[in-house]
Amino acid sequence: MALSTSSAITLNINGEKHALPVDHRTTLLDALRERLDLTGTKKGCDQGQCGACTVLLDGRRTVSCLQLAVAAEGREITTIEGVADGERLHPVQQAFLDLDGYQCGYCTPGQICSAIAVIEEHAAGWPSAATADVRPGPEVPPLTAEEIRERMSGNLCRCGAYVSIVQAVARAAGAEVTGDAEVTA
Amino acid sequence: MREFGYQRAHDVPGALAVLGADPEARALGGGTNLVDLMKAGVERPALLVDLRDLPLDRIEATDDGGLRIGATVSNSDLAAHPEVRRRYPALTQAVLAGASGQLRNMATVGGNLLQRTRCGYFTDLSKPCNKRTPGSGCPAVEGEHRNHAILGASAHCVAVHPSDMGVALAAFDAVVSYETADGPGEVPLAEFYLPVGDTPHQETALPPGALITAVTLPPAPVAALSRYRKVRERASYAFAIGSAAAALDVRDGVVHDVRLAFGAVASRPWRAREAERVLIGGPASAEAFGTAADAELAAAQALPDNGYKVTLMRNLVVALLTELAEEAGR
Amino acid sequence: MTTTTTGSSALTGAVGTAHTRVEGLAKVTGAARYAGEIPFAELAHGWLVLSTVARGRIRSVAADPVLAMPGVLTVLHHGNAPRVEGDYMGPLGPPDPVLQLFQHDRVPYVGWPVALVVAETSEQAREAAEALTVEYDTEPHDVAFSAGRSGMHTPEGSAAGKGDLAAALAASAVVVEAEYTTPEEHHSPMEPHGATAHWDGGRLEVIDSNQGSRFVADELAKLFSLDADAVRVRSEHIGGAFGSKGTRVHAVGAAMAATVLHRPVRVVMTRRQMFTLTGYRSPTAQRVRLGADPDGRLRVLDHQADCQTSTVYEFMERSADFGRPLYDADAHHTVNRVVPLDVPTPTYMRAPGEAPGSFALESALDELAEKCGVDPIALRVRNEPVVGPLSGLPFSSRNLVACYEEGARRFGWADRDPRPGIRRDGRWLLGTGMAAATFPMLSAPSTAVVTAEADGTFTVRIAASDVGTGARTALTQVAADALEVSPERIRMRIADSSFGPAILAGGSMGTRSWAWAIITAAGELRERLALGGAVPPEGITVRSDTSAAVGALAQTQKERYTFGSQFAEVAVDVSTGEVRVRRMLGIFAAGRIVNPLTARSQFIGGMTWGLSMALHEEATRDQASGGHVGADLAGYHFAANADVPHIEADWVDDPDPDDPVGIKGIGEIGIVGAAAAIANAVWHATGARQRHLPIRPDRVLRAAGGAPGA
Repeated sequence: MALSTSSAITLNINGEKHALPVDHRTTLLDALRERLDLTGTKKGCDQGQCGACTVLLDGRRTVSCLQLAVAAEGREITTIEGVADGERLHPVQQAFLDLDGYQCGYCTPGQICSAIAVIEEHAAGWPSAATADVRPGPEVPPLTAEEIRERMSGNLCRCGAYVSIVQAVARAAGAEVTGDAEVTA
Repeated sequence: MREFGYQRAHDVPGALAVLGADPEARALGGGTNLVDLMKAGVERPALLVDLRDLPLDRIEATDDGGLRIGATVSNSDLAAHPEVRRRYPALTQAVLAGASGQLRNMATVGGNLLQRTRCGYFTDLSKPCNKRTPGSGCPAVEGEHRNHAILGASAHCVAVHPSDMGVALAAFDAVVSYETADGPGEVPLAEFYLPVGDTPHQETALPPGALITAVTLPPAPVAALSRYRKVRERASYAFAIGSAAAALDVRDGVVHDVRLAFGAVASRPWRAREAERVLIGGPASAEAFGTAADAELAAAQALPDNGYKVTLMRNLVVALLTELAEEAGR
Repeated sequence: MTTTTTGSSALTGAVGTAHTRVEGLAKVTGAARYAGEIPFAELAHGWLVLSTVARGRIRSVAADPVLAMPGVLTVLHHGNAPRVEGDYMGPLGPPDPVLQLFQHDRVPYVGWPVALVVAETSEQAREAAEALTVEYDTEPHDVAFSAGRSGMHTPEGSAAGKGDLAAALAASAVVVEAEYTTPEEHHSPMEPHGATAHWDGGRLEVIDSNQGSRFVADELAKLFSLDADAVRVRSEHIGGAFGSKGTRVHAVGAAMAATVLHRPVRVVMTRRQMFTLTGYRSPTAQRVRLGADPDGRLRVLDHQADCQTSTVYEFMERSADFGRPLYDADAHHTVNRVVPLDVPTPTYMRAPGEAPGSFALESALDELAEKCGVDPIALRVRNEPVVGPLSGLPFSSRNLVACYEEGARRFGWADRDPRPGIRRDGRWLLGTGMAAATFPMLSAPSTAVVTAEADGTFTVRIAASDVGTGARTALTQVAADALEVSPERIRMRIADSSFGPAILAGGSMGTRSWAWAIITAAGELRERLALGGAVPPEGITVRSDTSAAVGALAQTQKERYTFGSQFAEVAVDVSTGEVRVRRMLGIFAAGRIVNPLTARSQFIGGMTWGLSMALHEEATRDQASGGHVGADLAGYHFAANADVPHIEADWVDDPDPDDPVGIKGIGEIGIVGAAAAIANAVWHATGARQRHLPIRPDRVLRAAGGAPGA
């Protein structure tokens, strides 16, 4: 049986439907960048090892380089181009801008999409590898700097902007950064 | 990446029919390992059967007090599940120690068990590898093997299984359920991975064309006090160089029950049964923990550059069990 | 943009004030387009095929079956590629022969480009490239780097020194001698190297990710024997570079394929390809000998640093240069040696030489401090030179002691108990360490074009690059002050080779050199405007060229450097070998700081690189195949967010009244000394010296005495 190696699909991206034929090999990342001219989502490694291609799939952060486009049909896709409210930046975007949470900017869209999800995951009570006691308790533990660092670790930044990224995520989350060793005595 | 067909399965019999009809078909879960290996040319399926729509994404309590975890439950949902966190905290910790938030959202329980080694020779088509190309040789034995196996390996393959989740599942006696065209079956995780021997390319006891449907955790009161510790060359987003899942039940200073499993030391999550045997009924002391670790690691066979793992695992066992013993005493 | 001054007041004072990035909005919204992201009609996609053998000749390239695959347009290889010129002098010397793409059948290392497959889609190009069968006649290879191995030699100009080594050693009451190694390290910018090339009206237009659009344009013109103005290269946004983004084979391949196919061609490297095609920092093996009086005054500074290069091009990691301006000693000898191996050619990587060199020498200083029982800062202050130790020239400015004092005060150094291995927090042993940093201050000729527009705004055109440094914003501030207007009235256009010659972003000299050209042009423009009269519709344009001024400064003989002090606190679990950095502080003397917001980011970024170098980074080479194992971002670790603690960077006043610009480079100084500060802190925590980077868990375990093995 000769298998079809392409499909006509419809992708729902940032609230808009896009009909397109795709080669099954096409990842969501390549579909966004090369077929739909949504180049805000970045290709850093194409292997799920850097997080630059992070988008939200049904509200959850996902690396789009390992997500086949054909398998993303029927799901709500949100990219960096879709996180602002019109002209008004998302609070995470604003915090990255104000606190210089980036340098070259290439990992930035992925960092921002990831941070948006991190804040939601934390609010939903999801523990992380930095959570001392993962057993469910009456209260969600605070979003400390250590928690932010661990939760944001799937987004590599080679310029070394992590310090201000942590501050930006904390500001956007409305969290006081606590639990941080002070550098100065 | 080679061209391939794609189908979305809507029920288990439908998925089995497609998988059974084409030996070159592969089941697609989260794709976090399979798609990567397809890009690398290591996996070359003719057809992908997408499991996303299958009704295997639930975590349910079993009648005997255990948990049945559907095969397509995401790592994130597994880790965040209140009953998992309450009854098997080391499992939540193990899952959260793996990969990244993004990958955990995509990756499934079934896929985690079936993921392939990250050995740098296995994932590079330009190099020999007995697991990828049987008979081509294992360059890691003479080459780069700092992060390779010290237990249960052979001269044919010294790769380690990369799973964190699997280590906790092994400690808690998980059972893998599957379906085939001929009906359902199940296999304890302890027997799920085949010995390496001279067939490192044959990795699991899963029959051809079978589909993992669930992983069941039997009730394990000891697991309520459990912990997973992972050591790696980066603080996060890196595979283990050594890890351990431990659970401890101490009564009057005596080890009443204990579970211990190791990660990143063997071709499978390594249940440390010898250590457990030594510990049961003995004192909950650092000395006893060390003796038990030594008993388990007596079988270790180190290569020139991975002998540190023996020390690392011994220290990890002592530290982890000591912490649990202190917590039990509180 | 946040500014303290608006309107047209005479003194805006933009320089020295925090400004968010000019292109910040574009970067946080995803609107900023990088090289591989500009849409083109009829775009074809090229995929490079690299050699899988380390030495030999290409016997055959089976192009025909691949040409029959869907969408494949061409397969370029040594049997059919157009001629590429190689006999020319580039801006940084003769070109690396790898740029002469597909000109012969010889293979000098694993990862040498052997073919380019071009197809209609990237998926087709990738599958076809992977299907291309290339056969080789292989020869034995040698990729084994070690200190003093056969073939290691000292090229002319690689050694410097004074004094009688043997006599000074004999006179030394205390001697430290140790060998330090650093591994092969890779730049790994987040944006892979990519270029799109097409011909437009007789001109080769290239959109490329590089750190010097003019450099790349000039090099492509020479490679393809074109007039200089027949090539235009633009690089609006660059996703990190760190030394790896000069002219690279993806751009050559894209230009070649666009010429052959008469349509736009894009070539983007895969992450794996980047590990062999974009340069790297050579591994180093360094021997340091220090001899001193009991109070720590140096009699001997002897630093020998070995590195590797390829068999086709000599690039040296000049690690031993680091100590030349830093400390005086009666006998002061530094030598860099190199061995050619069957490996890719290394290149400049953030603080080339100074990064590995500072690890060795600043670690050795710490060992000497221990042996002498002298505080590490006091030891360094005791050996501060008044003039250049080897040159005898005065320093243009040297505020290193101020960096020590300010750093010590803020870090709480005075309370430090020097004894190792006595502080504990749960399972963690704690320790602190420090190190010195220095980096040369260089300048290079550049040109700038500044136009006063009729609407009262100003347009600045300069072939500068913003690789993430904040150069675009800093230059806007510089231009605003030079023109005495608010930054909002400056339109800064950069990264276009047609704007004229300019230095690339490298050597910590970009912003300094570009600012110089802008200040020069702006000054002349202000004089023209001061003459009065209306600005015509086409504006008034002034062009500057700093060649003469840069040359004149070089005539005033001085030692010109930036300086800094690095502090780190670490926690070490000796039972698992894990090392965590708990805090870092860097204090720098680096001239006038243009933009405190982005400058702080750049310093901290460099320090983060130092942390990453100390604990994580290491490319592993398989001796059997000659290639890497794990050439990806899971196999090559650089620091993730969880590895990086709170880091503070700040600066002391560093005026240089004789300097026409006052701005020094800050891109590299942040990494210098940082790894040594961490290694010294690990010793303070555990009592065991870590002389080999990275400080991996297995190394810490072995040092703790428990673990066997190499």
